[in-house]
Amino acid sequence: MRTYLCMILLCSAMFAQSQECSYTLTGKIIDLHDNSVLPGATLIMIGEGKTVESDIDGKYMFSNLCEGTYSLQVYHPNCETQIFKVKISSNTKRNFKLEHHLEELNAITLRASVFGSKTKTNFEQKVTKKQLDRYTNASLGDVLNTLSGVSSLNTGNAVVKPIINGVHSSRVVIMNNGVRMEDQEWGAEHAPSIDVNTIGNITLIKGAGALKYSGDAVGGMIVTEAAKIPVKDTIYGRTHVTGASNGRGGSISSTLTKSYKNGWYGSVQGSLKRFGDYEAPDYVLSNTGNFERSIAATIGFNRFDYGVEAYYSFFKNEIGILRASHIGGASDQVRSINSGIPLIIRDFTYDIESPRQDVTHHLFKIRGFKNVKNLGKITLQYDFQQNERLEFDVRRSSDDDDRASLDLALNSQTIRLDLDTDNTDLFNLKTGIMAQYQKNVADPSTGVRRLIPDYERFNLGIYGVADVSITDNFLVEVGARFDYFNIDAQKFYRSSFWEDRNYDILFPEIVVEELSNQVLTNPQLDFSNVSATLGTRYKFNDDYTIYANYSLASRAPNPSELFSEGLHHSASRIELGDLRFDSEIAHKMSITLQKQGKMFGFSVNPYINFINNFMIIEPTEIRQTIRGNFQVWEYRQTNATLLGVDIDASLTFNENWNFYHQFSLVKGHDETLDLPLIDMPPVNTMNGLVYQNKEINNLRVELQSEFTFRQNEFPNNNFEAFIAETDSFELVDVSTPPDAYHLLHLHTNADFSLSKNSMLNIGVSVTNIFDTNYRNYLNRLRYYADDLGRNFSINLKITY
Amino acid sequence: MKKFKISILAAIAITGLVFTGCSSDDDAPAPVNEEEVITTVTVTLIPATGPTVTLTSRDLDGDGPDAPVFDISGNLAANTSYIGSVVVLNETETPAENITLEVIEEDLEHQFFYDASTSLNLTTNNLNQDSEGNDLGTTFTVTTGDASTGTFTVTLLHEPTKPNTGLGDANGETDAEAVFNVVIQ
Repeated sequence: MRTYLCMILLCSAMFAQSQECSYTLTGKIIDLHDNSVLPGATLIMIGEGKTVESDIDGKYMFSNLCEGTYSLQVYHPNCETQIFKVKISSNTKRNFKLEHHLEELNAITLRASVFGSKTKTNFEQKVTKKQLDRYTNASLGDVLNTLSGVSSLNTGNAVVKPIINGVHSSRVVIMNNGVRMEDQEWGAEHAPSIDVNTIGNITLIKGAGALKYSGDAVGGMIVTEAAKIPVKDTIYGRTHVTGASNGRGGSISSTLTKSYKNGWYGSVQGSLKRFGDYEAPDYVLSNTGNFERSIAATIGFNRFDYGVEAYYSFFKNEIGILRASHIGGASDQVRSINSGIPLIIRDFTYDIESPRQDVTHHLFKIRGFKNVKNLGKITLQYDFQQNERLEFDVRRSSDDDDRASLDLALNSQTIRLDLDTDNTDLFNLKTGIMAQYQKNVADPSTGVRRLIPDYERFNLGIYGVADVSITDNFLVEVGARFDYFNIDAQKFYRSSFWEDRNYDILFPEIVVEELSNQVLTNPQLDFSNVSATLGTRYKFNDDYTIYANYSLASRAPNPSELFSEGLHHSASRIELGDLRFDSEIAHKMSITLQKQGKMFGFSVNPYINFINNFMIIEPTEIRQTIRGNFQVWEYRQTNATLLGVDIDASLTFNENWNFYHQFSLVKGHDETLDLPLIDMPPVNTMNGLVYQNKEINNLRVELQSEFTFRQNEFPNNNFEAFIAETDSFELVDVSTPPDAYHLLHLHTNADFSLSKNSMLNIGVSVTNIFDTNYRNYLNRLRYYADDLGRNFSINLKITY
Repeated sequence: MKKFKISILAAIAITGLVFTGCSSDDDAPAPVNEEEVITTVTVTLIPATGPTVTLTSRDLDGDGPDAPVFDISGNLAANTSYIGSVVVLNETETPAENITLEVIEEDLEHQFFYDASTSLNLTTNNLNQDSEGNDLGTTFTVTTGDASTGTFTVTLLHEPTKPNTGLGDANGETDAEAVFNVVIQ
């Protein structure tokens, strides 16, 4: 055997020597995951005694090579060493990709740069795992609220929806682990069904730049990703336990991950969160408890250039809605508003009664990718989601207490194929196609007319985004997306409304059947939407970067905007949609100037968003019904302009002290009526002083100040209601925003080593230190009760 | 690699199956007749002598765009006592559902209120009681004074605070409210 080998070697050597030996082998060393270049990698040509290092751009070069096959060992301190075979028969260019895996254990801080950018010319804000860890018992909306430019639309304190640069609901797209959340969140009281404990990091993109995901993100996009799992033999996990005084509850969340060097990995995660009635400074907010459960599991196989992953998650949340907010008609509203305190205050309890929501969300995803030489990375993904939403109102008959007033089941299935090319030096192209089928079923056994009708929706999308590096510092990105939507609904209209709206003359062809006082119709609507983005990024030097971006976003009207018709009990108002709506089209321009520095850093992000056919819901009249007078809120389309600026700044005094500042301002104007837009976030600023000391157990103490100004620009939608008791008309003030307020919070945490591989992190926090009474303009329950009072919480995290 | 290919193929196959499995079925959904709606409030006032007066407010489309229709059988006589009763119906169902029966059954959670405007010489007394001795108001008496005109408002509250001194401190939610323009002559 040995003789043979020697002979072959000898022959090959002779053969090789007879060839020309002036070829070069050049290329780059690249990170497999995010395509960043890896400088300082060592390449050893086995058996040849040649060793080179990759330079600052990740480039390497071997010269004077002969024709033949060489073995290269590529070594980089952060990566697994790999051996590649290269055949040389001319000057050859070859890039090598290394598995750049993370040392997750004992190093929970994930560097944002590890995750690839979602867009290259849109300024992105990130929330890291470490920041997320402080919010284990909060909602996704609360976490995002800490970023400049993000506020929240609340229904009490458990239903929190993010508002990005002034717009919300279906204008804010949430991509959860690669899957667009389809969770009936078109209304204000539908919060995203995501457990923050399943999230590894969050990227916020203000603007519709990430066309890969969707074209209708008029406000922006929230991309959450699971923590990355290293390719090595290891097992690790972490457990969070939190307790809080306000709500007298807490949460427990645990994750366990096992991975193997051969690429297989698996991870399970579970969370349980239970709170009773929350408390305002002066009283209990009766029926505001919540009970959240979630479980998620991942199994996958990650090899050098291909892999597959399956993910399943289950999320269930029961949320109590402030009892005092459930009212019937304008005269009740007058009493509630005038009283200044909730009309129903009961003793503290963990029970959750009507009105309440019960939301269940299943998500299943399977995804595979393959890196194809000279083409790029091909990804195929299929996902299935089921969202079941039950809303229980206070019913007249107590026999019906356990019967939901709203019972919707939304099933969505999406398949997508994406291609990311990355082999060229200057030009990157991302392209793909997706198809989605969605079906909503509204259960008629509620005995309440459907708020959202039965419908099927089909969406086909195709996109392409390319970025070109004009110079090393100057990058241009352009992209376009086309989406086709078809909605096929089965909607019962009340005959009186059908005729009142003239639909009987406009849409006689869609009537399927006429019943005594209802009309069954079959609206079939098509929308073809184009979205686009054009952006640049220019890096002046190591410190300063400027981003400029234009994005065109088109959003098809959602079913509530099209079909709403009737009394929305939880809002105590009549809501009316319009079948005649067109797609909303937004042109957003934004510039961000960013300075990164050791001492001082900032980003300034002014923007303007022109939204044509902007769909808003606004009061239009008072309707007399047998239940009393109700305000009618009607969806209408208008041309709106949103203008604003978000500022972030941080100042590091020394190793131990730093200060940060955030400021957001947005002005919304209705161009058609020449009035301010309703529900625009008031100006707010957040400032914090942080003390950190690595010597004292990584101690971190943060004093945070939150100041929210009064919203002075609002449309006046007040109305008068007849009050029988006093025989008079009284003003129902639903417009005037609450006063400005200032809150102070204190957060502390420290690390303690338990053993070689396990660590305990203890955090203690107080929010609203001075127990300040306040109400928030964007909380829909502000008419009825104050917001949360002081809260002490303790947060224990064990990593092992 | 082989495993990977199999997984992808499986994914495609599953997708195909699911998509076809869920292909559109155009079965018409069942209509919902609103069960908790109150369409009609009728107050009947019977004097010892003379004609009975009925006051009806009917809103057949509930919270739809049509306003309630009022029907008042005649004027009230001055300085007269009436025995009053109230009936609330859901007339979207056939036969109409008598919701007063449900109110009586769950008497602790309901109460009728009767308010006359200051210009109207009319007082309401002797409301019948619930099982705990608080006002329920499905029956009552009305006493008129001198000739006058004004509004007479009937309100049905759900889950009011009991006892109470009137709408002002009863809280709860309005289930029905009818404002009648009444003439005493």
